[in-house]
Amino acid sequence: MTKQINLTIDGINISVEEGKTILEAARSLNIHVPTLCYHEDLCVAGNCRVCVVEQENVKNLPASCATPATEGMVIHTNSMKVRLARKHIVELLLSEHNADCTKCYKNKNCELQTLASQMLTGDHMFLDLVPDKKYTIDRFNTAIIKDDSRCIRCQRCVRTCEELQSVSALGVAYRGDKMKISTFFENPLFEVVCTNCGQCVNRCPTGALIERNYIDQVWDAIYDPTKHVVVQTAPAVRIALGEALGMAPGKIVTGKMVAALRRLGFDSVLDTDFTADLTIIEEGHELLSRLKKALVDKDPKTALPMATSCSPGWIKFIEHTFPEYLPNLSTCKSPQQMFGALTKTFYALKRKLDPKNIVSVSIMPCTAKKFEANRPEMRSSGYKDVDYVLTTRELGIMIKQVGLEFEALPEEHFDSFMGTSTGAAVIFGSTGGVMEAALRTVYEVVTGREVPFDGLNITPVRGTEGEVREATILIEKVKPEWRFLEGVELKCAVANGLAHAKTVMQNVRDGKANYHFIEIMACPGGCLGGGGQPIPTNRDIRSKRKSAIYEEDMGMPIRKSHENPEITAIYKDFLEKPLGHKSHELLHTHYTPRKRY
Amino acid sequence: MSDAKLKRVDLIFGEYSNVKYKVLADTLIRSNEEILKDLLDSGLRGRGGAGFPTGMKWKFTAETPGNEKYVVCNADEGEPGTFKDKEILTRVPRKVFSGMAICGKVIGAKKGFLYLRGEYKFLLPDLLKELDQYHEFSKQLGHDFSIEIRLGSGAYICGEESALFESMEGDRGEPRNKPPYPTTSGYLGKPTVINNVETFVNVLMIMRLGPDQYKKLGTTDSRGSKVFSVSGDTPIPGIYELELGMPLERFVDEFGDGDTKAVQVGGASGFCVPRKKFKDTVIGFEGVPTGGSMMLFNSSRSMYNVLHNYLEFFEEESCGQCTPCRVGCQQLRKGIVAVKKGDKKSVYLDQLMKLSESMKITAKCGLGQSVANSFSSIVNNFKEEMIY
Ligand SMILES: Cc1cc2nc3c(=O)[nH]c(=O)nc-3n(C[C@H](O)[C@H](O)[C@H](O)COP(=O)(O)O)c2cc1C
Ligand code: SF4
Ligand code: SF4
Ligand code: SF4
Ligand code: SF4
Ligand code: FES
Repeated sequence: MTKQINLTIDGINISVEEGKTILEAARSLNIHVPTLCYHEDLCVAGNCRVCVVEQENVKNLPASCATPATEGMVIHTNSMKVRLARKHIVELLLSEHNADCTKCYKNKNCELQTLASQMLTGDHMFLDLVPDKKYTIDRFNTAIIKDDSRCIRCQRCVRTCEELQSVSALGVAYRGDKMKISTFFENPLFEVVCTNCGQCVNRCPTGALIERNYIDQVWDAIYDPTKHVVVQTAPAVRIALGEALGMAPGKIVTGKMVAALRRLGFDSVLDTDFTADLTIIEEGHELLSRLKKALVDKDPKTALPMATSCSPGWIKFIEHTFPEYLPNLSTCKSPQQMFGALTKTFYALKRKLDPKNIVSVSIMPCTAKKFEANRPEMRSSGYKDVDYVLTTRELGIMIKQVGLEFEALPEEHFDSFMGTSTGAAVIFGSTGGVMEAALRTVYEVVTGREVPFDGLNITPVRGTEGEVREATILIEKVKPEWRFLEGVELKCAVANGLAHAKTVMQNVRDGKANYHFIEIMACPGGCLGGGGQPIPTNRDIRSKRKSAIYEEDMGMPIRKSHENPEITAIYKDFLEKPLGHKSHELLHTHYTPRKRY
Repeated sequence: MSDAKLKRVDLIFGEYSNVKYKVLADTLIRSNEEILKDLLDSGLRGRGGAGFPTGMKWKFTAETPGNEKYVVCNADEGEPGTFKDKEILTRVPRKVFSGMAICGKVIGAKKGFLYLRGEYKFLLPDLLKELDQYHEFSKQLGHDFSIEIRLGSGAYICGEESALFESMEGDRGEPRNKPPYPTTSGYLGKPTVINNVETFVNVLMIMRLGPDQYKKLGTTDSRGSKVFSVSGDTPIPGIYELELGMPLERFVDEFGDGDTKAVQVGGASGFCVPRKKFKDTVIGFEGVPTGGSMMLFNSSRSMYNVLHNYLEFFEEESCGQCTPCRVGCQQLRKGIVAVKKGDKKSVYLDQLMKLSESMKITAKCGLGQSVANSFSSIVNNFKEEMIY
């Protein structure tokens, strides 16, 4: 048992495990100490100093987030001294800050603003330093905007990018009054290694790092009578959108979301889950064909392990960091882009619409998908396949803009075509989900039997945060045409968060692992923890969203992609067969090697 | 003790023993307990500014379990008006290396680093020559402790011990949270003793003289001698080794130009003592402590300019990570300008005073915590100069 430490906070005695900080001890007493640089997912920085408390018989005020509780400590979280010091700190931050909140995207969702309003800052105590600062705004990126004039230099973004993502696109530059958060050579974000994952955006307490929003463009399309506006919603949106609208984490709001989208005026409300199922069919067959090439044709050039390609942050990461492994990526587009390409071809055909009049919008838990939609290769329909990508947060804003009482909305169903999906698609939103969905299908294709796991739940591949999950699936009693797979142990790895992706790739590169199939999601926890998800997102909230996803899967009547009737139909009517000519044209893509610097 | 004269001492810069590395050789055959006892008895406190008892620091580090430990000599000397470590490293580097080697023995470290201020690169050839000799001797003596020299990056903040470790590890020189302290988690997260150049020399002198002899210098709270960098309005600027615990008045008598109105003790992060307090001020840990800088100002000086220079220095040299220091320094400097210009009323100085007090108790490291020293001592004592 770990040692217990006894201390007193605001007159209350408490005992905590050794190593816990004063902040954690206070929280366990429901005493709220304000914080800014602290974030549950990150290592402690202790630089904003807003969390200071008073410790009896100690001259200085310790930062509660960075100071371990020690035996006999007597702490006051709200003494006169503390209050003045904290007010000074917030006033200092504001004096450096371009605090025109009504022009700010984070207005009413900003930790600095909340503190300022709690402290009744009113007339500012100190001189306004902003006019002397040469703050810059980087608006050149299609996914993320960085506005230094709203930055409080808490370095959450820097820690996120380094610790969770091992990208280190952001760093601290200069000293003293010129200290700022910067990129390599202060280049704009679109010119550096940034993957657009948006994890930094999700953790930025202010409006300094925000997604580029396309809300007005989408309204314009909706109000344009000549346009048919199609919206698709990603699997991880429905388990988090509620949070953006005041609901508790972990609520599944699929039906209400569909109802809301209809009320916003979208002409057709469809489901990215449909193309998630399609991805499984294509990617599953791609895996099988690679295995055949390797095992039967003994082609040494076969790129194995095959890696999933549905996370655009991961794609950009591998393009920069392991470009020699691009052939290992599945050529499947992400479900979003498959959906876009089909919207302006198959769907247009079915609905007898001219694709030039279709505006295709997607709602994603992700900022990297904004970048992806703007890739030059994502125009296989002859048009921009996905016109606008909105994050879960942006959809939340639109729903608030029209004053919908979200929780009171009825549960409605997706439209068709491309609105039917399975449990396999739902779990795309969680780390390990693509792997599990693919295995459900591949195993059955090869053996004619369901995967040998209780209730189809392939728990060994269900990813966990903070680690690389490895699993081996034995394939046996195969159908005659798959004889070469008899007895093969399919080696799989699942990783979430780019830091772990890097570990996997290093192991592959160094020959330390010989996987067949790896699933990688750029964001911690997978899409459910995506950079476009409601703020805050942290470990606890992610685990609630994850439970919701698997609950939704269990509740679906069909839980295997290949049993989705719309999938069967689209192959019959349009695509012909997996990996066929049409598929290659519309559903597959290629990648671009990029430099690290 | 007020009758004390200014006693010049020749301990730190005194000649080497006639047999090379004799004190080191003699000390290495003693037990760690004996050495620590002597150090604790001597009352030696660190010469880098904070004045932590050196014996305690070594003892804590020795007691921390672990077979990988480090000794670091802090030669980043960046405080404006301080150049005594340069002098020590120029004149008696052998004493520094010997002190480090003793530390290595006591705490069980095999590796030491001298973190040398970038601007002192020119010392490198001579230091390396001495280091070769040291390594030869330590080999002969069978003492497994090697020393490496690392050049600093040129930032003042890298003299702060935890920022120094970050810099040595190849990261940006930003101070860390404390605790943990270097005694348990220093360079590479390993138990580390970090001491100032002069501190290591003092250790050697204690080993040579014995604590009783050493203690004859200085006062109860401030044992030994100290190397001072004397600058400003003085006819005789330079490096002087003086006994600790002297009254400032005596110091001014000797170094002043007859018109001294204030002495800044301890550089930008130290205190400004006005003429009327010379008499009652003792230089030492019981009075006004100093890392070595003594700057004299005569009546022709504008204390407003003096303060403005210090604040400008802090504004630029703050690592910038923590709010109170990064923004506080800007506010203090711009604040006194605004008052001087009449853009702010003189009562704004009181507001700034409170701010500096908050900086002192909330800043993450010694830099931000010490800005209030010069700020409040100058503003309090020379208020008219701030306003008119
Ligand atoms: C901003 C700042 C700069 C410092 N610069 C130095 C320095 O140049 N040399 C030094 O020995 N200590 C410096 N220190 C003090 C060190 O952090 C540390 O306390 C010292 O090296 C310990 O040695 P000592 O116990 O021998 O004094 C500095 C502290 C701060 C806060
Ligand atoms: S970042 Fe926050 S405080 Fe700053 S302008 Fe935006 S909402 Fe206001
Ligand atoms: S950009 Fe945001 S997260 Fe990064 S330091 Fe600035 S305020 Fe903090
Ligand atoms: S979007 Fe992702 S990769 Fe880009 S800076 Fe932010 S955390 Fe780093
Ligand atoms: S007090 Fe100043 S120098 Fe020290 S950590 Fe804070 S900003 Fe950096
Ligand atoms: S929250 Fe503790 S220092 Fe920032």
